[in-house]
Amino acid sequence: MRNALTIAGKELAGYFVQPVAYVVMSVFLLLGGFFFFNMLRYFEVVLQMYTAMQNPEVLARLNLNHAVIEPLLHNLAIVLVILVPAITMRSFAEEKRTGTYELLLTAPVRTGEIVAGKFIAASVFMLIMIALAGIFPLILVMFGNPEVGVMVSGYIGIALLSVSFVAIGLFTSSLTQNQIIAAITCFGLLLLLYVISWPAEAGGARFGDLLRYLSLPDHFGQMVSGVIDTRDIVYFLSVIVVALFLTQRSVESVRWR
Amino acid sequence: MIEVKNLVKSYGDVVAVKGISFKADEGAILGFLGPNGAGKTTTMRIITGFMPATSGTVLVDGLDIFKNSLEARRKIGYLPESPPLYTDMRVDAYLRFIARLRGLGRSAVDDALEHVLKVCGLEDMSQRICGHLSKGYRQRVGLAQALIHDPPVLVLDEPTIGLDPRQIHEIRELIHELAGHRTVVLSTHILPEVSQICQKVVIIADGRVVLEEQLAKLPAGTSLEEVFLHAISKEHPEDTARAEETLEEVGAGHA
Repeated sequence: MRNALTIAGKELAGYFVQPVAYVVMSVFLLLGGFFFFNMLRYFEVVLQMYTAMQNPEVLARLNLNHAVIEPLLHNLAIVLVILVPAITMRSFAEEKRTGTYELLLTAPVRTGEIVAGKFIAASVFMLIMIALAGIFPLILVMFGNPEVGVMVSGYIGIALLSVSFVAIGLFTSSLTQNQIIAAITCFGLLLLLYVISWPAEAGGARFGDLLRYLSLPDHFGQMVSGVIDTRDIVYFLSVIVVALFLTQRSVESVRWR
Repeated sequence: MIEVKNLVKSYGDVVAVKGISFKADEGAILGFLGPNGAGKTTTMRIITGFMPATSGTVLVDGLDIFKNSLEARRKIGYLPESPPLYTDMRVDAYLRFIARLRGLGRSAVDDALEHVLKVCGLEDMSQRICGHLSKGYRQRVGLAQALIHDPPVLVLDEPTIGLDPRQIHEIRELIHELAGHRTVVLSTHILPEVSQICQKVVIIADGRVVLEEQLAKLPAGTSLEEVFLHAISKEHPEDTARAEETLEEVGAGHA
């Protein structure tokens, strides 16, 4: 564990000495601000419209969480599909290319610790970024009265989602020494998890259910709408465990290939 | 100290190492020689536990590098062919990281860092970014990295390659000083390097050991060049041409 933390510390510091991390963070927060502003504007317009029409029934049903935070988180999740590969693509690919891989693998450190260290670093980075995006609900709390519980559930959802993405990104990076290949494979996998339930309707009962179970937005959507179900938590944890296990095997493979 | 027993390594159909055995004695520098492509780097990667052999084994201080891998790896300092630097880290941060990774405690790291910076002549470079260093200094940082946990065994893969003559001289001196109580395995294809600093020489050609001998016991009046050429031509006549190339390189390195 100590070794994993040593590696995590070095990796995390590494993110902040190069511009990629700042660019990723800025893009994420700027786009977030853009979405937030637009949805809030739209909400206000609708609100004014129904107030003018004096329609209390609809007014009572208008909901700040539903109109602003939910779509915001869904949009940010899609932004993460593109940004996470940019953060994780270096992790193993770069080490292989520059030869520091030999240094890591000849150090008295288990491969599991190497994987854990890199996973912790990239996850912490993602969580920092998502915590910064917490400014949006904070603004709502200051100037309105949203349901805090639902927003917390949504943010837990996007945190779990980003960490699962990181695990998948580490896996694809461990397969190659080319960062571009690592990033594109990761992007492909994440997007696939996003759309995997599309053929569910046509797939018959059992196969359809399986596809729906694998589908990321289904589980994420539950949490965003305020439902924290163990099924969804188990789903995300399974994705993380499976991806990290495969990463560890892939790193270890240099020893039995 | 290091015992290599019957190493075989194949990459798919290509057999790179075909049964290498030798011993490196405690406190001695062993010169590991061979023409390019003879299997030197592969052998060293196996000794350091980077990859396993197809068959055979390596004992480092009595510990099997595969079965007791973590303990055995702790005893080794390894400088691969190209110094494994994180190009965007500062030299001191890099060395601290390696020290922690090799198991030094927080309090021991500062002393170890100060020591290797001094030994490797890097005191003025500790705040520099690794990626900005010249080739010679990179090699020194590579050595510092291998030494930082004060290992009883040093494995150096062509430590003087690509350096200018003065740097070659400095690095050789450094290795000589470092040796002391350590066991050093030094791979090279520069023969004078071996005559100058090694006590024992192992020559391999085409994945096999063709000579293992104390330098002092080589026939009087013969140069290492003659021994080397004789040794590798005996088994594989076609290697002579390559060896002559090596000698030309050596000549160039001397001029």
